[in-house]
Amino acid sequence: MGISRRAALKAMAAATAGTVATAVGTPKAKAAVVAAPPDAVGMLYDSTKCIGCKSCMVACNEANDLPPDTALSGGLWQMPLDLNERTKNIIKLYQDPNDGSHAFVKRQCMHCLDPACASACLLGAMKKREHGIITYDPDLCIGCRYCQMACPFNVPKFEWSKVMPKMVKCELCNHRIAKGKIPACCEVCPTGAVIFGEYTDLLAEAHRRIDKHPDRYVPKVYGETEVGGTQVLYLAHTDFAKLGLPTYGSDPVPTAVREVFQEIYQGIVPPIALYALLAAVMIRSRRQLTGEGEEEKP
Amino acid sequence: MPVKFGSDNAPGTIGEHLVRCGVSRRHFLEFCASLVVTAPFGLALTRKARAADVAREIAKARRPSVIWLNFQDCTGCTETLLRTSTPDLAELILNLISLDYHETVMAAAGHDAERALQAAMSENAGKYVLVVEGAIPRKDKGIYLKIAGRPGIEILQDVGAQAAAIIAIGSCASWGGIPSADPNPTDAVGVDSIIKDGKPVVNIPGCPANPYNLLATVLQYAVAGTLPELDALKRPKFAYDRFIHDHCPRRPHFDAGEFARSFGDEGHRKGWCLYHLGCKGPVTHAPCSTRHFNEMIDCWPIGIGAPCYGCTEQTVAFRVPMFQTVQIHQATPPDTYAPIFTPEGHVSAVAAGVAGLIGGALIGGGYVASRKLGSGTSSGDDTKPEPDAGKE
Amino acid sequence: MTAYAQPAAVQGAIFTRPVRALTALAVIGIGLVVWRFVVGLGQSTALNDGYPWGLWIAFDVVTGTSLACGGYALVLLVYVMNRGQYHPLVRAATVTSAFGYSIAGFSVVIDIGRPWLAWKLPLFWHWNLRSVLLEVALCILTYTIVLWIELAPAFLERAQASTIPWIRQLAKTWLPVLRRMLVWVAALGVLLPTMHQSGLGTLLLLSGPRLHPLWNTIMLPLLFLTSCIAMGFGVVVLESALSSRLLGRRPEMEMLAGLGAVIRPVLHLYLGVRLVDLIVRKQINQLFAFDSYSVMSLIEFALFFGALALLREERQRRDPRTLFRAAMLMLLGGALYRFDVFLIAFQPGPQWTYFPSVTEILVSTGLVAAEVVGYIVLIMRFPILAGAPAAAPAS
Repeated sequence: MGISRRAALKAMAAATAGTVATAVGTPKAKAAVVAAPPDAVGMLYDSTKCIGCKSCMVACNEANDLPPDTALSGGLWQMPLDLNERTKNIIKLYQDPNDGSHAFVKRQCMHCLDPACASACLLGAMKKREHGIITYDPDLCIGCRYCQMACPFNVPKFEWSKVMPKMVKCELCNHRIAKGKIPACCEVCPTGAVIFGEYTDLLAEAHRRIDKHPDRYVPKVYGETEVGGTQVLYLAHTDFAKLGLPTYGSDPVPTAVREVFQEIYQGIVPPIALYALLAAVMIRSRRQLTGEGEEEKP
Repeated sequence: MPVKFGSDNAPGTIGEHLVRCGVSRRHFLEFCASLVVTAPFGLALTRKARAADVAREIAKARRPSVIWLNFQDCTGCTETLLRTSTPDLAELILNLISLDYHETVMAAAGHDAERALQAAMSENAGKYVLVVEGAIPRKDKGIYLKIAGRPGIEILQDVGAQAAAIIAIGSCASWGGIPSADPNPTDAVGVDSIIKDGKPVVNIPGCPANPYNLLATVLQYAVAGTLPELDALKRPKFAYDRFIHDHCPRRPHFDAGEFARSFGDEGHRKGWCLYHLGCKGPVTHAPCSTRHFNEMIDCWPIGIGAPCYGCTEQTVAFRVPMFQTVQIHQATPPDTYAPIFTPEGHVSAVAAGVAGLIGGALIGGGYVASRKLGSGTSSGDDTKPEPDAGKE
Repeated sequence: MTAYAQPAAVQGAIFTRPVRALTALAVIGIGLVVWRFVVGLGQSTALNDGYPWGLWIAFDVVTGTSLACGGYALVLLVYVMNRGQYHPLVRAATVTSAFGYSIAGFSVVIDIGRPWLAWKLPLFWHWNLRSVLLEVALCILTYTIVLWIELAPAFLERAQASTIPWIRQLAKTWLPVLRRMLVWVAALGVLLPTMHQSGLGTLLLLSGPRLHPLWNTIMLPLLFLTSCIAMGFGVVVLESALSSRLLGRRPEMEMLAGLGAVIRPVLHLYLGVRLVDLIVRKQINQLFAFDSYSVMSLIEFALFFGALALLREERQRRDPRTLFRAAMLMLLGGALYRFDVFLIAFQPGPQWTYFPSVTEILVSTGLVAAEVVGYIVLIMRFPILAGAPAAAPAS
């Protein structure tokens, strides 16, 4: 091949060092403001309007043909303690220990604009599909649960109790949207605490509410920028962190992985090139070994 | 001009009678609205109906003949029927039904009263509704209650034989009530222990019973000739199919654990739940929690801060002590919410032990293996030649 | 350069008492695997929605494959860096690697919830090219096959002595072919681990916001790669020393001491990158906060620095005990690093707790026991180990 091994090794070392240096040294590619798909839909949940009636929980289980989680009550009443394999949507209560005030919060999939779960999923079972809704296709799911490791909101749940388990999470009732209806939780909410609509409209409405009633709301729409933005938005009177909505920056979760993949892998070319280089070096080694009188024995 | 209550005011109809008596249409509609509230479901007459619809149906019906017998009673049920919050309503009620015999309100007395009874029976034979108030004693051939020399049993059987339907109003007539309380010296029983020939009997227990239940039943019968759906104890389901506890306005206090502990304490004053004062609401079937008495809000025991004593239930009233708490058989839907963070998962002690054991064995084994390797050729360490000891 | 003996099957009884004990452990482990499939993951493991990846991933797959990097490290050394003197170690290391990766692959199958759909993995039109796990899975799958192909000559050599004629013929035909194409396969055997071992580190980058800052760095792929190479050498040292015991010979200290020297720059690189990264990301204070996270990190560093200290001098590297202990410290450090990244640094929230269940622990132990028994069977049936047959039977 004619390349001296030393030169080849030097080249490989330099390439590695260069890549590493680039990765460390380059100011992180500006976290692009993730653009929402043009037909993106979402939900706006206003904690100040929620009365904790939990109709949304009942409606969700009915609309999704999911038996309610009645484990805690011995089979009588639906009372899950968290999202789980039978609960795609839950109302939680926050009670302030100091002044006794309280607030409700509705938790379900946030339908991130740049979802970690979709980046994680091997075969694309979790994917952002029509209207920006992240749906789950069990026919492509091997149950590896990487989506659970990835999701910053700990949303996807696994059917631990089943022998043939699937992942379970809110899919914004896309099966109902396909028929021209709206998500079940939004349909039954008696106070309009959670509403459905076009993502841009909901974002505008959220800001309008804050502007109109600045004393009623924390001056922030949760989900506008968190992890690059989510299609489910929150308004509240209480600190979001106290409601269990974690504090995140605006970098989408897959950013770091994308950096590694793009800067180091840059597609399939570097691996192929590296393979060619390796083969070249190893063939030369083999010749040298053979030349020393040793029979080649890998 | 004559007010019409229905599509026609044919003679003999309730509508015609109301017009003749000068009852205002507004009063009548208000009354019909009360009926709808009394039985929003479970009664054909009022089910999914508006007050105007009910009024129209009632106006068309023939005025039902009602014979009202009183036995071992306190007349409380009559009182509750006629002690309406405004006098007009009592008049209205008396105009809706043709009360052909009622000892408390009729003008006749003595032999005239007896003749009135016989006349009422013969004129409306087979068509009148018999309303019974009060228990009937059976001991010693029923001699402990005699009217006009005849034992109550006999009167009941006699009048009942020609009645179209029998309504037992009040707990006494339904199952014996107070007279049947321990030791029940007169063997007082309810109507359906006497009337066993298959004649339809409707029990409307309560002490007193809610009069609108009676009126709804009677008018249903007048309009359609049918009686409401009854439960196993022959009580109309539209009123007696639920516990007071399940519809009690003070239920949120029960669910929140806010109880009055003694009469007049802070909780009592704030209107908290009376469960710990012996309220029998959880075991009492009755409609009182949503239909109060005398057309007045909160005009019912719990509403005024007196714990329910279960007056409709034979197994509760006059048997279970007033201030004894009852067991709640039907689980309360939880009013708890999921907290923001719920701890999940735990460290199994056994697993920790096993892990420690295996980890220790590996590290220990590794160390022992390293010792058995022997030292290097140039070192001065003790280098006893290691015997073959097998693979570690 | 010492001439090395031909590889030959080790003589002696296979099922000695320790081997019987290991087999028992393996049988228990397999039995529990069957049970896991009967009752499902919820009942057999302590995994939960907060910690969906537990012992089987962190140990069996991630640590297991790094412990199986002996083959990778040696091929890198012998064929890429052209240090032919380590050649005799290659075949045995490849056996360990082949078993290690096979067990790791098996562990993946028992850990995922819907393994019956795993056949869809090669359906490239479904591939999510942004998924790190896809790259890791495909590389591990391919590399496992590569490892067994690299071992094939050993089997064919044994087959050459078979009593059955058509097997002899098969071996005679295919052995030379195999030997000629082996270099192309071996090149893959360097490329693939490079990709997926760094990929294993990249996996947890996706948990980013939930990964403790002491471990959350873009350098994760590089750190995993360097530590796995070091661990590969460590495993070779361990395995070679133990095998020599089995053969009743002194360990080949020439080679092993040389390996000890080779490990040093790799460890320097790993520790250097780790420390510089912590400094650049301003996490040094965290390192000395002495909370549980800081303590785990410090133990990692202690183990690696301890290994380095034991490898500093030539004299130490030539002492089998010291070298062995250095290798163990390094392996523990590498294993701890992986446990830390996957189970400790990963923070789903304070409300979640996870500790492996007894079933998980026994399955992992059983699988490792099976691997050891398989290794022993192989080296005693096929020409794997270079060295004379044992003079006395190993008891």
